[in-house]
Amino acid sequence: MKDLSDITGKGTSMPDERGYFGSYGGRFIPEVLMPALEDLEEAYRFARDDPEFYEELGNYLKHYVGRPSPLYFAEGLTRHCGGGRIYLKREDLNHTGAHKINNTIGQILLARRMGKKRVIAETGAGQHGVATATAAALFGFECAIYMGEEDIVRQSPNVFRMRLLGAEVIPVTSGSKTLKDAMNETIRDWVTNVRDTYYLIGSVAGPHPYPQMVRDFQSVIGEEAKRQVIEHAGRLPDYILACVGGGSNAMGIFYPFLADHEVKLIGVEAAGRGLDTGEHSATLGRGSPGVLHGSLSYILQSEDGQINIAHSIAAGLDYPGVGPEHAYLKDSGRVKYTSVTDPEALAAFQLLCRTDGIIPALESSHALAEAIKLAPALSTERIIVVNLSGRGDKDIPAVAGEPGVNI
Amino acid sequence: MNNRSLIEECLNKLRFAGKKGLITYITAGDPDLSGTVDLALRMDAAGADIIELGVPFSDPLADGSVIQQASGRALAAGTTLAKILEAVIEIKRNCRAPLILMGYYNPFLQYGLERLTAKASSAGISGLIVPDLPLEESVPLMRLASKAGLDIVPLVSPVTTDRRIKGIAAKAQGFVYCVSVTGVTGVRKEIGTEIESFTNRVRHYTSLPLAIGFGIADPDQAARMSRYCDAVVVGSAIVKIIADNGNTRSAGPAVERLTRNLKAALD
Repeated sequence: MKDLSDITGKGTSMPDERGYFGSYGGRFIPEVLMPALEDLEEAYRFARDDPEFYEELGNYLKHYVGRPSPLYFAEGLTRHCGGGRIYLKREDLNHTGAHKINNTIGQILLARRMGKKRVIAETGAGQHGVATATAAALFGFECAIYMGEEDIVRQSPNVFRMRLLGAEVIPVTSGSKTLKDAMNETIRDWVTNVRDTYYLIGSVAGPHPYPQMVRDFQSVIGEEAKRQVIEHAGRLPDYILACVGGGSNAMGIFYPFLADHEVKLIGVEAAGRGLDTGEHSATLGRGSPGVLHGSLSYILQSEDGQINIAHSIAAGLDYPGVGPEHAYLKDSGRVKYTSVTDPEALAAFQLLCRTDGIIPALESSHALAEAIKLAPALSTERIIVVNLSGRGDKDIPAVAGEPGVNI
Repeated sequence: MNNRSLIEECLNKLRFAGKKGLITYITAGDPDLSGTVDLALRMDAAGADIIELGVPFSDPLADGSVIQQASGRALAAGTTLAKILEAVIEIKRNCRAPLILMGYYNPFLQYGLERLTAKASSAGISGLIVPDLPLEESVPLMRLASKAGLDIVPLVSPVTTDRRIKGIAAKAQGFVYCVSVTGVTGVRKEIGTEIESFTNRVRHYTSLPLAIGFGIADPDQAARMSRYCDAVVVGSAIVKIIADNGNTRSAGPAVERLTRNLKAALD
């Protein structure tokens, strides 16, 4: 594990001291939370400069999470597609089955330093909820997870896991009953219990310093991938693909490559039932700048500034906002953002099961689907790295009911 | 047109008379905008000194369930900021109390801050409260509001540090809105014991009037809280009457009665 100065010294020096990535980011949050954000910013700044913090984090990532995660050459999928070579960054093999734990371990170490006793979090697919409940169990924190009622139904295995880990799972019945509303409820809890409660945000979203902090904790993905692809292939990859909901796994793998301009970075949003149906989560593709959940970024909204309800078959992508750094990277052109529909993601989900014996998360299946479209057009020397951000066990009950799926 | 000093003037007049101000809140468009006009005029007639009109938002993260649901009803009825400003013109024809628009930042931002401040001012709005816009992000809105002659009323909370209170107070206009508890809006039985030391801390940094809000529901609570401030804000308790009645015709008299009782407790 490298220390953080290595990680953050690359890429960009963003955000600025007000938490802005270009014109995106900032802190749009009730005054009652501002002192907590200032405390967090200071604690994080102190931790970033503290080698002991990174030594401790590195130990947990290695011995508890199981890092480094492998970079696997997907022989079966590559053969099936023909063309470019597809590598998978196996975040699905982390403890708890997704990249989310990289961040929850980092933040809970910080919460412990800050003397907090209780953590709260929102969750969509349940992966961040499970990773938070896991970190809370490990470090003896009280833990409450807010989850939309609709997501509780479609991600039931993760609900049981969280409860087993000792977390209280609080169903959210307001609004669309998904991730957006879970985040509203978590913020309301935080506003109320701000004195002793730490809000463990799971994505590169929210008010400053969360987008920066979560990106930094997730950058371990890209740092490892860079080393591993050079080891395997002797050079940098041509493409890196990652799905984008809030955008944490994508920021994590993109960030260490931002300065490597020969590497094409592609973020894949959820086109849901199709971009023109209005039922999608393509915030960067079809949204516009606005304020949601503490930061200025692209959001899905009406002309009047009301937040639209997002849709995706993947609960973890079903969110009408996106991290502010992605908004910046879109406008700057450094990252290209595209989208994949529900049926395309489902097809990719099933395909990887058969070609390589890996059940990917529906979220990650969006990035896979884009790779499947891209690979055949490339020569066999080209290298595509897909961030396989999570495993798909949690999705099996939901997928089993979809048309064209035979289980 | 400059409505700016109206709020402060109104509260200072009460201060010199040894009285406390009553600020009432309703969500505009709940259940519809003609109802809002009616309710605002009733509250004005019943003694409200300042009236806050909430601009509904799909994701009101500083609000408890009562105002969340009011927001939902208002949006379902097709309420928009543009339509609210039309209703404001109508209210202002017969309303003595200064009006404040209270709303989350995104609907204001999408409407256009310059357009908002100009139109709100000409419609007769005196000030704005934006609960998710802390001092650090307020500069663009403050500049435009000042040009249009609108107050930006800031919120402070019991956990706001002295350093932050000082900075916020230096830019405050109209009054300083002291949030009684750490929490969202909504009726509460108990309001913290820390309120006196909190308002004393705020007083230290400003000579502007102080209002206490969040959780105040009845005349007793209003009277108790008023010892520490110049005005109290009552919102959810009024909105709940509207919700319980389902329409403004039957809610109107009850809202009027509560307003009158609150005012009596503050005089």
